[in-house]
Formats: sequence, structure tokens, C-alpha cells
Amino acid sequence: MDLVLLVTLGVFAPLLGAVIVGLSGRRLGNLVSQSITTGLLFFSCVVSWIVFSQWTWGGLEAFTVELFPFINVGDFQSVWSIRIDALSAVMLVVVTSVSSLVHLYSWGYMAEDPDKPRFFAYLSLFTFAMLALVTAADFMQLFFGWEGVGLASYLLIGFWYKKSTASAAAIKAFVVNRVGDFGFALGILTVFWMFGTIQFAELFPMIAIKAGTGWEFLGHTWSALDLAGALLFVGAMGKSAQFFLHTWLPDAMEGPTPVSALIHAATMVTAGVYMVCLLSPLYEYAPVASAIIALVGAVTALFAATVGLAQNDIKRVIAYSTCSQLGYMFFAAGVGAYQAAMFHLFTHAFFKALLFLGAGSVIHGMHHEQDMRKMGGLWKLLPVTYAVMTIGTIAITGLGIPGVGGLAGFYSKDSIIESAYASFTNGHSALGLFAFFVGILAAGLTAYYSWRLVFMTFHNKPVWKDAHHDDHAHDDQAHDDHAHHGPLKPHESPWVMLVPLLLLAVGAIAAGFVFAPWFIGDHEHHFWRGAIFVAEANHVLHDSHYVPTWVKWSPLILTLIGTFAALWLYVMKEGMARRMAGRGGVVHAFLTNKWYFDETYDVVFVKGTRAVGDLFWKVGDVKIIDGGGPNGVAWLSRKFAGGLARFQSGYVYFYAFVMLLGLAGFLAFAIYTWGA
Amino acid sequence: MLQGIAFYLLASVAVLGALMVVTAKNPVHSVLWLILAFFSSAGLFVLLGAEFLAMLLVVVYVGAVAVLFLFVVMMLDVDFVKLRGGYARYLPLAMIVAGILLAEMIIISLAVVSGGAAANAVGPVAATPDMTNVEAIGRVLYTDYVYIFQASGIVLLIAMIGAIVLTLRHKPNIKRQDVSRQVGRDAKKAMEVKSVATGAGVTPEDLV
Amino acid sequence: MEITLQHYLTVGAMLFTIGVFGIFVNRKNVIIILMSIELILLAVNINFVAFSAYLNDVQGQIMAMFVLTVAAAEAAIGLAILVTFFRNRGDIAVDDASVMKG
Repeated sequence: MDLVLLVTLGVFAPLLGAVIVGLSGRRLGNLVSQSITTGLLFFSCVVSWIVFSQWTWGGLEAFTVELFPFINVGDFQSVWSIRIDALSAVMLVVVTSVSSLVHLYSWGYMAEDPDKPRFFAYLSLFTFAMLALVTAADFMQLFFGWEGVGLASYLLIGFWYKKSTASAAAIKAFVVNRVGDFGFALGILTVFWMFGTIQFAELFPMIAIKAGTGWEFLGHTWSALDLAGALLFVGAMGKSAQFFLHTWLPDAMEGPTPVSALIHAATMVTAGVYMVCLLSPLYEYAPVASAIIALVGAVTALFAATVGLAQNDIKRVIAYSTCSQLGYMFFAAGVGAYQAAMFHLFTHAFFKALLFLGAGSVIHGMHHEQDMRKMGGLWKLLPVTYAVMTIGTIAITGLGIPGVGGLAGFYSKDSIIESAYASFTNGHSALGLFAFFVGILAAGLTAYYSWRLVFMTFHNKPVWKDAHHDDHAHDDQAHDDHAHHGPLKPHESPWVMLVPLLLLAVGAIAAGFVFAPWFIGDHEHHFWRGAIFVAEANHVLHDSHYVPTWVKWSPLILTLIGTFAALWLYVMKEGMARRMAGRGGVVHAFLTNKWYFDETYDVVFVKGTRAVGDLFWKVGDVKIIDGGGPNGVAWLSRKFAGGLARFQSGYVYFYAFVMLLGLAGFLAFAIYTWGA
Repeated sequence: MLQGIAFYLLASVAVLGALMVVTAKNPVHSVLWLILAFFSSAGLFVLLGAEFLAMLLVVVYVGAVAVLFLFVVMMLDVDFVKLRGGYARYLPLAMIVAGILLAEMIIISLAVVSGGAAANAVGPVAATPDMTNVEAIGRVLYTDYVYIFQASGIVLLIAMIGAIVLTLRHKPNIKRQDVSRQVGRDAKKAMEVKSVATGAGVTPEDLV
Repeated sequence: MEITLQHYLTVGAMLFTIGVFGIFVNRKNVIIILMSIELILLAVNINFVAFSAYLNDVQGQIMAMFVLTVAAAEAAIGLAILVTFFRNRGDIAVDDASVMKG
């Protein structure tokens, strides 16, 4: 079959599913709706793997399928197209694989939910938007996909819209994304202003010519490419929940767990990383913007890891973990190792989706209990889930022996850390050293909180048993949220939920050592062939393989320290962490409250905007405009009329007197003009 | 010469009379001074050769209007002492405004006479023997100004009707003739026999 | 001495001024106000007739005649109103008549 046709069908299949089920899902019924969407998505998944394998092992050349014109205004031309090259092939595989597994998983997770057709329609809609984003050949389609995934995210986070916290979280996600999108749009406009085109194929060759150009302002030449790069990165900050625009990600956990797995782990939040790597031609000539990316990424990685230490909701821990790993990806791109960033994106998709879906399995088994403090001792009751969660945790902590091998995260994360060090030593990026130290520190923290999650959930005392007995003894009458009237029995999930978990576990184990040579190893140049542009002076990825030995071993050392710390506090000295948390303290409060970001934003932006609005309303509108306009004119009118009304005294003699005064005046005027 | 004396005499009497009209305490005196002013003006008219108009002034103004004033003044029972209150308060202002007005009017009249519309004025035209003043007026009045003449008649009619309408009061207990009632009087209903107790007398209520 | 048009006009002006003066100095007596109005009209008549005589145009006298007519009508109506006014109030002081105060 012709690859062009296949690819077109593959990209549009989810849209078809979304439209059919979205419009007539209720009439079709649950089973039909779910089957249509899941089936179409598996079809897309097969197509994506075909393309990917052709690309990796079959020597496929990059091509673009142009479908139909989108926008046609002067120089601003946008054609709806499907661009196939290394980046989009990788992303196609990631998006469709995780999405199809999530669709399958949702059969089991959402089994008791009455709105299943709507859910599946939204999932398919999201997938289509993401596919449009990754196969875009110009900024406009990219932006369409960008906004589309934002919309789908809003719909899915607020899926249980009757819950007020869910609606609020959906709005928060959308608004914070909007702030990022504003920067993104400005970035697109800057690029258009500089180059007169928004199509990537036309744009990339032109960038080298304009490198270093800018404009004079305050006695300094500001580089225009840096400005464009920085603005576009602001959009990525919003979409990928980087520092400053991260506040929406933890609250997005209000949505169902499959949504968190798909959107906030594997696909939507990685759109920012994808964009930065796609625009590598731009960023290679924008050193200041790259430095900003590296800095923000590194800070995010550290910040999210510290906050994740103190969270008690199982999903929130994983959310902050995602945030932290995205920070890794960004600082890799910032120091010039785009390939390492994409590789980490690839592996991260597998083990993060695995972790989320595993957590969903736990939540499902615990009858929608999400607080880890109420779990414990589940490893016997949920064996499969426990096994895959452990695999995922090993993957994310990057456990492996340098020179020998390890699980997926080992390859990608170590590559990033080594690239950071290499970029500093070969002079490519001054921030490399900072990023390196942050990277290994965050690796230690990652290990700590990831194992903390596993220990609190699966090991330790089964807190739920006693708590439930107490509850059960006390309030028999209020016991209505379980379908049974007995002690809580956590159970393993149905096979329809376990199969995706197992498949993802395979990916988490194997994705690293199978694909490392292609993404960052010997075949790296051939694999990417033109999708990622690397400047002549950029040897970062190459040098990352030749860093000193202590650099290669440092992540492992920190990881083991973190693992052991978690083991000590949660297994050997069980209860100690709880007592430490119970004592409170400034640091603990700081971490639990997410560095007080939400409170700060509330005071600065929300209250600030309200204050400005109040100012404009009470002073500007009421006093100035209303006072100067209608009210003022009316007051003046009354005053004036009041003064004039005194002429109407009611006394005839007064009227006669005024008449005579008028006559006298008139005569005086007559004398004056007739020149007597 | 005689003309000069006559003019000055009549003019001063007229102005004096007018002044006394507005400053007299007794309203009846005011009316009488008004009559004097009218007479003097009539004399001035005669000097100007408009004798018909002068006689008209005497007959209409003095004979009708001033007498009417007199009637009304005497009819209304007013306390004229009370009426003079506040006179002195407005006097200075009134004098100033009046003075200004007078000065302006004199200036204008000077201007008009010296260079304006009446620049080619000759002396008062002597009455020609072939046409008296009456005839001169009559020739013009009923030909060129006949419409205005008729209109002025209507004005007088309206004034008459208006005066009656404004002041007519129907007193309730005045006996008037109602002809239709008189004619429609029926012998049977005209009288009613009432029995009255001997020596008791009759009250008006009984008769109703 | 020669009596010119000027003299007559001056007389007219003086009578007019006195009439005006009478109107706003006599606030309490309505009858005096009406009589002042008659004085004003008289002054106007003198003007008309003087001009008519000196310009040898009989139109002025015609006009004066009509002014006379209207003055008479106006005096009648004015007095009728005065009588009604007096009947309603019992007193002809116009000081307090400020019902039309705006």
C-alpha cells in the first residue's frame, strides 16, 4: 500500500473516531463507541510503527504530504500537510502507542462511568490534535495542534465536570497554557516578521543568513533570533509545565488517571520538547535563548523533584516527577544535545505512562482512594501491578551499570547528564556545569521519591485495613460508596487493564538498549538525517560519550544514595518519615505547599488584576468617564438650569424690568453699530 | 413764537402730569393727572396739524379709557397706604435704568433726524385749504388700509367679549327671567295646597 | 424758536421713560402699572404723529389711530383681569403674585 495514503489515513483515523463517537455516541451505545475509537487508534498505531520501522531500518527518505490549503494571506501561507521525518516518526510512534494502550486501559478503568462515549471521543480528539501537531510542516498547523491539545486537555481534565475542583483545575490548565500560548504566538509573529514565511522547509535554510542580526535598542544590539527563540520557548514553558508556568500540572490530576497517563505524561507535555528539537536550526543560532532554555529546564528539574518529596497523593508525586523529567529534556536541548532530549522523551513516555497506569490500577483496586498514607501492604493483593510499578520505578531512576546496560531510563538520563558536562567542558554552553550538578542532584531526589511511592503504597503496614475497620464500626449508615458491605478488599485489575501495563513494561525495559544506538549512539547521524539540525561547532553529543569516568558513574551513585535513603526511612525505620512530616517545620511546609507558587500567583496576578480592574472601574469608569460624561453633564445641567431658573421669579415687575434692561442693551448696540 | 411758547407749555404740562401719575399717593389723583397728560398731548397733536387725531385722543382716551380707570379705582376697595411700601428701595435702580434709557433714545432720535431716515424733514406741513386732516385720513383709511380697519374692529369686538367673559359672575340668588320656564308653566303643578296647623306658622323649608 | 422734529421726539422719549419708570417702581399697585402702559402708548403716538407731520406722510396718523384702538382694547381687558384678580385675592398687590415662579 502506498505510504502516503497510509500515513494520511493513520493521521485522520482518530479524528474520524472522535467525530463519529462524539456526535452519536449515545445512540451507538458504550460497546460500539469504545470499539470504534479503540480500533481506529490501533490502526493508527500500526501505521506509525510501519513508518517508524521503515525509517529506522528501511532507509525511508523524508517526505511531506500536502493535503489542502489552510491559510493563504499574502506571504502567510499555510498548507495542511503531513510531514514525515525522523522527529515526526518518533512522535507518531510515541503518541499512537500510548494513546491506543490508554484507550484499551480505559475500557476497564472507566467501566463504571456513565459517560464513556464522551470520554473516548475526547481521547481520540486529543490524539488527532497531537498528530496534527507532530506532522505539521509550518507554524500554523503546529499552532492548531498546540491549541487543539490544550482544548482536549481542558475537556478531559474537567471530564467529571460536576466536581467543582475538576472544573477549576481545567480552567487553570487552560489559562496558564494561554499565557504560554501568548508568548508562542508572538514568537511565530517574530519569525514571520524576520523571514516572511512560516513554512519550515522554506524557513530553515534562511536562518543561517540572518544569524546575529538584530536591532539597536538602548545602545545594545538585541538579536532577533534570540527573541524569537525565547518567545517560542515561553509557549513551551506553558505547555510543558516548566518553572513559572507549572502550576496547572498538579491540579490537572483531577482528571481520570488514563488522561493523566496520556496527556500529562507522554504526549501533550512533551509537545514543548518536540517543538524545541524541531526548531533546532533556530536554536543553534540563538545562544541566549538556548541558555534560557537550559537554565529554566535545570531549575524545573530540581524544583519539581523537591516538591515531589513531600506530596501524599499518589498521582501528584508522579505529576511532579513528570515535571522534573521534562526539565531534564529541556536542559538537554538547551545545551545542544537535542538527540538526547528526544531519546529521553521516547523512553520517558513508556515508563511514565506505565507508572501512571499502574497508579490507576492501584487507585481502581483501592476503590478510588488516592492518598498514599491510607495505603500499604498491597504487594500481595495486587501482584502484577506491583511488578510493573517496580519495573517502571527502576526505569525512571535510571538504574544501570555504565558500560554494561540497564533499563530504559538509564540510557536516556545518563546521556543527558553526560551531555551537560560535555557541553561545559567543550565550551559550548556555560550553563552546562550548573545543569550537570542539578541533573545528578535531581537524579538522587528522583530515586528517593519514586521508591518512597512504591514503599508507601505496596509495603509497610496496611493502614487501610485498620482505618476501614474503624470507619466501618463507626458509621454503618453512611456507608454508601462501596458496592459491598464488607471490609475493603483491594483487588487486582481486570486483564483489559493489565495488558497495556505489561506492554508498556516491555517498552520500559527494552526501549533503552534497543534504540540507544539509533537515537544517540553510532547510528545517530543517519537516524536523524536532517530532522535535527546541529551546527558545525556543536560537538556536544559526540563528546558526551567521552566524558571522564567519574561523570559516568555519578548518576548511579546519587541514585543509590536516594534509593537507600527511601529504604531506610520507609521500610527499615517505618513510621519515622510520618513522624518527621507530623512535626511540620518550615522546609516541610515550603515543599508541601509547592514553594508557595499558587499563593504568590494569587496575590500578584489574581489580586493584582482585580485591583487594577477595580481601579479602572471605580476611578476610571465611575469617577472619570461617568463623572465627566453623563453624570457630570447632568450635574452641570442642573446647576446651570438652577441659575437660569432664578429669572423665572414669578413677579411681573421683575419680568418687565428684565425686558427693559434688554431694551436698553439693544438700543446701546443700535447706537454703537449705527455710529451715532 | 407763539408756537414755541405753546409747544413748551404743553410739553412741560404733559411731562409733569406723567410724572405725577407715577408718584401720586392716591390712585384717584393718578387718574386725574393722567387725564391732564392726555389733554396736553392732544394739544400737541393740534400743534402738529393732526386735529382729528387730537379729538380722537380726547374722546377715546380721556372720555372712555381714563373714565374706565376711574371707575375701577373707585370700585376696588384698596388700602393705598399699604401699597406704597418698598417704593424707596427700588428708586435708585429705577432712576438709573430710566436715565440710561432716556439718554439712548434721545441720542437715537438725534441720529435719525440728522442723518437717518428723517433727514429731509421740513417743518410741520401747514394744513392746505383744499384738504382737511379728516379728509386726508379718510382718503387713505378706507382704501389702502381697509383690511386693517376691519381687523381693528374685530379687535375691539374681542376686547368687549373678553371683558364680559372675564368679569361676569352668576350670582346664585339673582332673579332672572327664564322664558321657556314661564311658557311651560302648568296650571296643575303651579300650586300646591299644604295643610298647616292652626297658628303654627310656616317655615321656608316647608315650602320647598 | 424753531420747533423741530427733535423736540417732539424728545417729549415722546421723556413720556416713554416715565412710563417705564412707573412700571418697575410701583410694585404694589397694579392700576399704576396699567396707567404707565397707557403713558408709553401715548409716547409712541406722539412719535408717530410727529414723524407724520414732519415727513408729510399721513401713514403715521393712521398708525397712531390703530395704536389708539388697540390701547383702548388692551386697557379694557387689563382692567377686567385686574377686577378678577382683586376678586380672587381681595387685594391688588402684585408683590406676592409669584405663583408662576419657575
